[in-house]
Amino acid sequence: MSSRIPLIYSPKILELFRNPKNLGKLSDATVSAQAGSPACGDVIVMYLKISDEEIIEKASFESYGCAANIASASILTEMVKGKTLEEAWKISWKDIAKELGGLPAIKYHCSVLATGALKRAIRKYYKDVKKRRPSWLPEHLTIEEKQALELEELIEKFYKRFEGGSCE
Amino acid sequence: MNKVKELLKVHGKPSREVYFDHENSGWVPPEVVEAMLPYFNKKGYGHPAITNKPGWEAYEVLEETIQVLSETLNVNEGGEFIFTHSGTEANNLAIMGTAFAHKGGDRRKIVVTAIEHPSVLYPAQELEKFGFKTVVVPVDDEGFVDPEILMAYIDDETLLVSVQMVNHEIGTIQNLGELVEVVKDVDSRIVFHTDAVDAYGRVPIDIKELGVDLMTISSHKIHGPKGVGVLYKRDGVKIKRIIHGTLSTQVYWPGVENIPAIAGFKKAIELAFNDFENNIKRMKQLRDLLFDEILNNIDDVVVNGPLGDERAPDNVNVSFLHVEGEALTVELSLRGIYVSSGSACTSRVLEPSHVLLAIGRAHEEAHGSILFKVTRYHTRDDVKYAVEQLKDAVSKLRAMSPLTVR
Repeated sequence: MSSRIPLIYSPKILELFRNPKNLGKLSDATVSAQAGSPACGDVIVMYLKISDEEIIEKASFESYGCAANIASASILTEMVKGKTLEEAWKISWKDIAKELGGLPAIKYHCSVLATGALKRAIRKYYKDVKKRRPSWLPEHLTIEEKQALELEELIEKFYKRFEGGSCE
Repeated sequence: MNKVKELLKVHGKPSREVYFDHENSGWVPPEVVEAMLPYFNKKGYGHPAITNKPGWEAYEVLEETIQVLSETLNVNEGGEFIFTHSGTEANNLAIMGTAFAHKGGDRRKIVVTAIEHPSVLYPAQELEKFGFKTVVVPVDDEGFVDPEILMAYIDDETLLVSVQMVNHEIGTIQNLGELVEVVKDVDSRIVFHTDAVDAYGRVPIDIKELGVDLMTISSHKIHGPKGVGVLYKRDGVKIKRIIHGTLSTQVYWPGVENIPAIAGFKKAIELAFNDFENNIKRMKQLRDLLFDEILNNIDDVVVNGPLGDERAPDNVNVSFLHVEGEALTVELSLRGIYVSSGSACTSRVLEPSHVLLAIGRAHEEAHGSILFKVTRYHTRDDVKYAVEQLKDAVSKLRAMSPLTVR
């Protein structure tokens, strides 16, 4: 196969992969959002149940991706539980990596994707449910949201190039 | 910092283990290990090009290994075997060594196929920095090179053509004799190299009949130890050294030959070719059983590569749709089934297998690919047990996935 790289997963990643916490659709979710694309081999969907006080009561996820992707999404659903949306917004991909006991560098994008899905869900909540933007919520897309977008656009570009370039 | 130790502790030892990842490296049978052991400290531990007894004993290993290589490949005379320390090195020597032997000449075109091993593709690409031109021949959706398409890439500038005999990922057995003929008909001076790493010991090879100039073989792909590669070179074919140092018994690869590993390799060859026909038959039966069990028990599976006699007897490569392959390798590992995937997530560059993309697989299909290699050491029960585990593993991951329609 092409170029390989050793992936020394932390015990926490392996445990969460083996028995993921908060897995599956949330039937009473207030909001949900997806990041990533099947063509990239990385998709995370985050489901949030949000109280009137803007506190995350429950969170769950679905994932199509590698072990690090599944573990990143799972741990994030644990990390956001009981937090206000403002607190949850501030969780960075580095916090996820730390909570997982380290993430191989080549898998950083997994935790970026997880925070990207979370941020999209929070943004969607204010746009669709609250129909207002709190002062702490930046008007422009954050790095994580941009990264998720970039990942999705990258693969679209690849396919366009592929279709355009290989016609014989 | 002992991260692997922690990882292995959490992973634990599964109650039953079946290893199918012979593509990436293989299990070595006890007879082969035993054949190696004396050469560390009992005999032949010397340098094969030095005039003392342990040196001559080391030389004897080389001579005997060349003998079994010659017999199994039908090379009586008119060729030599160059020992390197891996198949990767042998492929590099074939590609770069041929190019450098013709530097400054009129012929500067290197022709490779889209599904070659990286140890052929990358040196061929590297040669562009030295003024050579590398062209990549496409393959069909089962990995076959069409002789007429290959012809279209050959011209009077062509120096070297490299076509793999059996593809390492999808098991396509190339109709190599025909391809060699087509190229040699245009100009017999064009050097023809074949990477036979996945063919040797699994399909009959007659070098004389094939008419190739260079051929690569690797020890760890036939249950030999890692650390031995071989490049066959027909007499009169010009190549140049690509690494430099003290020459030992051979002129094209300096450094001391890895004698214990070569002794193991020799034993591995003898085991593979002892009852060759039956070994192949057994592998084919296990391969077809594995295909049948997978296709009969798991939905949404795509077979990668051809089926039947055009496929290597040991190769099973399938894509499980809506599942990401790296996650599946980890899930199967926890269940004691050891395989690999062509998913981007297992790669350094986060791109899926170039072989699967070359045969027209979409990214999401390539991401779900799993490669098994069956061996004469597997049993029918191993295969059935593996598919039981596989079925559960795929269901578990599909249940997690937002892509699955449930």
